[in-house]
Amino acid sequence: MAERERRHARPRGTVFVPRTQLLTSEDVDRAVRRMAHEVIERNVHIEDLVVIGLQTGGVPFAQRVAAELIDIARRPVEEGLLDVAFYRDDVSLHPVLESAETIIDVDLTDRTVLLVDDVLYTGRTIRAALNALSDWGRPRSIQLAVMVDRGHRELPIRPDYVGKNLPTAKGEAIDASLSGVWIGTLVAK
Amino acid sequence: MSEVVVIRGGTVIHADQALRQDVLIRDGKVHEVGDSITVPAGALEIDASGAWVGPGFVDLHTHMREPGREGAETIESASRAAAIGGYSAVVAMPNTEPAIDNVVVATYVLSQGERALVDVAVAGAITVGRGGTHLAAIGEMAALGIRLFTDDGMGVQDPSLMRRALTYAAPLGVTLAQHCEDDLLAAGGVMNEGALSSKLGLSGRPALAEELMVMRDIELARLTRCPLHFLHLSTARSVALVVNARREGVAVTCEVAPHHFTLDESCCDQYDAIFKVHPPLRTTNDVEQLREALRDGRIDAVATDHAPHEVQLKELPFDEAPAGMLGLEHAASLTLDVVGTDNPIRLFQLLSRAPSAIVQLRSSDQRVRLSAHGGDVAVGEDANVVIFDPTATRQVDRGQLQSRSTNTPYHGRQLHGATRALIVRGSVVVNEGTLR
Amino acid sequence: MIDSLAGENLISLETLSQTAMLEVLDHAELFAEVNSRTVRKVPTLKSRVVASLFFEESTRTRLSFETAAKRLSADVLSLAVASSSVKKGESLRDTIATIDALGIDAVILRHHSSGAASQVARFVPHVRVINAGDGQHQHPTQGLLDVFTVRQVLAERSGTNARESGSELFRGLHVLIVGDLRHSRVARSDAWAYSRLGAEVRVCGPGTLLPDDLSAWPVTLETNFDDALQWADVVGVLRLQKERGTGSLVPSLDEFTASFGMTKQRVQRLRSSTLITHPGPMNRGVEIDSWAADHANCLVERQVANGVAVRMAVLYLALSGARVEGEINE
Repeated sequence: MAERERRHARPRGTVFVPRTQLLTSEDVDRAVRRMAHEVIERNVHIEDLVVIGLQTGGVPFAQRVAAELIDIARRPVEEGLLDVAFYRDDVSLHPVLESAETIIDVDLTDRTVLLVDDVLYTGRTIRAALNALSDWGRPRSIQLAVMVDRGHRELPIRPDYVGKNLPTAKGEAIDASLSGVWIGTLVAK
Repeated sequence: MSEVVVIRGGTVIHADQALRQDVLIRDGKVHEVGDSITVPAGALEIDASGAWVGPGFVDLHTHMREPGREGAETIESASRAAAIGGYSAVVAMPNTEPAIDNVVVATYVLSQGERALVDVAVAGAITVGRGGTHLAAIGEMAALGIRLFTDDGMGVQDPSLMRRALTYAAPLGVTLAQHCEDDLLAAGGVMNEGALSSKLGLSGRPALAEELMVMRDIELARLTRCPLHFLHLSTARSVALVVNARREGVAVTCEVAPHHFTLDESCCDQYDAIFKVHPPLRTTNDVEQLREALRDGRIDAVATDHAPHEVQLKELPFDEAPAGMLGLEHAASLTLDVVGTDNPIRLFQLLSRAPSAIVQLRSSDQRVRLSAHGGDVAVGEDANVVIFDPTATRQVDRGQLQSRSTNTPYHGRQLHGATRALIVRGSVVVNEGTLR
Repeated sequence: MIDSLAGENLISLETLSQTAMLEVLDHAELFAEVNSRTVRKVPTLKSRVVASLFFEESTRTRLSFETAAKRLSADVLSLAVASSSVKKGESLRDTIATIDALGIDAVILRHHSSGAASQVARFVPHVRVINAGDGQHQHPTQGLLDVFTVRQVLAERSGTNARESGSELFRGLHVLIVGDLRHSRVARSDAWAYSRLGAEVRVCGPGTLLPDDLSAWPVTLETNFDDALQWADVVGVLRLQKERGTGSLVPSLDEFTASFGMTKQRVQRLRSSTLITHPGPMNRGVEIDSWAADHANCLVERQVANGVAVRMAVLYLALSGARVEGEINE
């Protein structure tokens, strides 16, 4: 619960009010497993993979995807955490974002990076993440997995793996965690 | 240019009573005072209903900045500010460039003053160039008619020199006035020394720097029997020292400035140099005690220490900016705020009668071509009369001042009391609150 | 009281709440991680212009601030007073106006007059002002990096995460600030930083080097230095400011050292856990002995290293607006 509260402190001063549950935790589980299988199918050299979760919502999904990959491939998979607050192009347009730790202990040069996030929306976070990753070397390729794609892209960014496509209205908000996916609204605290 | 003026419907503030009376002025003199005066043909009628009619205010302490710093103020602009403030006479302080330390400069200032809206008396310097080392031409200036001598801006530091000045001045019938701050104790200080200065990281000017010099000079006045006036006292203790000395028969008087009984040191906490002044703004306790002493008469006079400075100088960092603030246009309102609307006699005592006695303006002086101020509004007196409305309200706007400078610490404040009209030597200078 | 530095000026720590201080410290931890990367630069403040305006020379503080700004990808305008029109009598207001006309988002100001940062903030209200030391008033980023460094070391020792510890490690911590408090803007910032985070602060020094009146400081006066040293968990040694006329306030530097210096003997008698900080530059042999300065518990070098991360956090927060509401949900 603390994790959820913290996530919905974005942007600061607002809180997520759920309306309808769209996916149960079992649905989420199944989707994560399916995505892991798709990752294995597309990546023969699983040992080249580095799974990087985007702070903070993508991190639990990244950990689950990595665990599934290890389970399926029976090989260790390297993981990392990335916070893109410092790479966003909208500092001062928005209230200060909650910033979180970045831990990437590997040189990403010639590796395949699997970026994992909870919700894909405008694409600006992913753009910031792509920008950030170049500071750790030059990956051979970067792939993107998201639990929910809610549309409304503002940049030419497309996910490689999608847990669930959920067309939404702009005024709505999506909350995705391992315990399920809800649709609702963000309201000021 | 005098005219015939009738002041109707006001309350005339005499030295010991306030009476509903009309006043007729003719040929520069008060011609008639009575219950109801018919307005002669061609006379100017001033409606004084609801207002106080009394002797024009006298400021013991005006920095007119001329000669030398005409960018900040001139005798002409300061006298306009004085007129709006209800002053019929001001004393020009000698810390000009060059200083008023000889007959030549004094004569220049007096002659400039003759063209001003109000009477301009002059204070001469005690020491040459206010340098604190050699006596200035006190005797020659006294012969010219100058009655007050001071090195204001700073005090005479050397006790032996101050003693010599008092001894020399005593038989001349003049008064010395001291800016009390021991430069060594106050060295480098820019605001009152205390908890606030220690927190703000600003060097302090201790109250003791003032009080020690008050103590010293009381003893020197006692020794030399020369009258001594203490300028802008800022601490409760300074006032107590003077009151005590006077009780013992020492010929000492004192003034306080409006900012010292209106503002306290907390004004400095935003580092706005508008609030920098010497002596510095003190504690709330000092402010309260000064107000009490003004109400009960322990303090002789209110004097403005009107100190214009160009805006760019007051925008300097606090420790580099010059000290001083404007006062002429608002001093009477701030005094009213202390004494209250039920005590006009005290107000005129503080702003007119006591200061004119200290600088000896009670009778006219042909040598310096000054008329008499601070007397009674009575038949035969020189017609220097203010009509002050204690119920008027106004908001201070630094953009609307008569002074050439804008360094008023009261910007934005709502004040009660304003000059409705001012008559200097029988001429109406201010009418309906504006300069004629 | 400022509860978040977001979009705010940093003039003094007196007006910064514990929440706001922790926000800076926590962001500084993140920027410390950035500083440990191979590419020690993030694009956060790209196209922002930060002016560094030093009316009083301080190469180390200037370098620290400018490094911080550059690691955030800000453009840095650096005005060296010695080579500017200030020497020709230009006023502070005009200097600021001129730089402002070039288009700046923030100004880092070091000035020899107390209150200069407050004044500049009034002159250019649309520009964020970071006080890099004003006269004898405040040096807020130094105060913040001092508490940041102490929290970091205490977290390491106790095996906790500094970010997660919040203000916990300061609760009941004994901090002694010693030396020339009278002239010290560092002391005026440190006192607020430590006390607001929950530490107990005492001060010690020769009477003539204490402020005239300590009652508005969040500290208590300690007269016995050697007892106070036994009490202290952290000893904040201040630089003796000889350039501010300190020389005439004590009989001699030797006497000062003997009475209030961190001599080898005094350091040897400290509890083994007691930390020593110094804002630098050190007068070795005066307020601190060379042996003490190089002691393992002396944090001087870590303070300098952490300065960049703390200043990155301050610049990042100050230049982050909180004005436009917007939705971020990804």
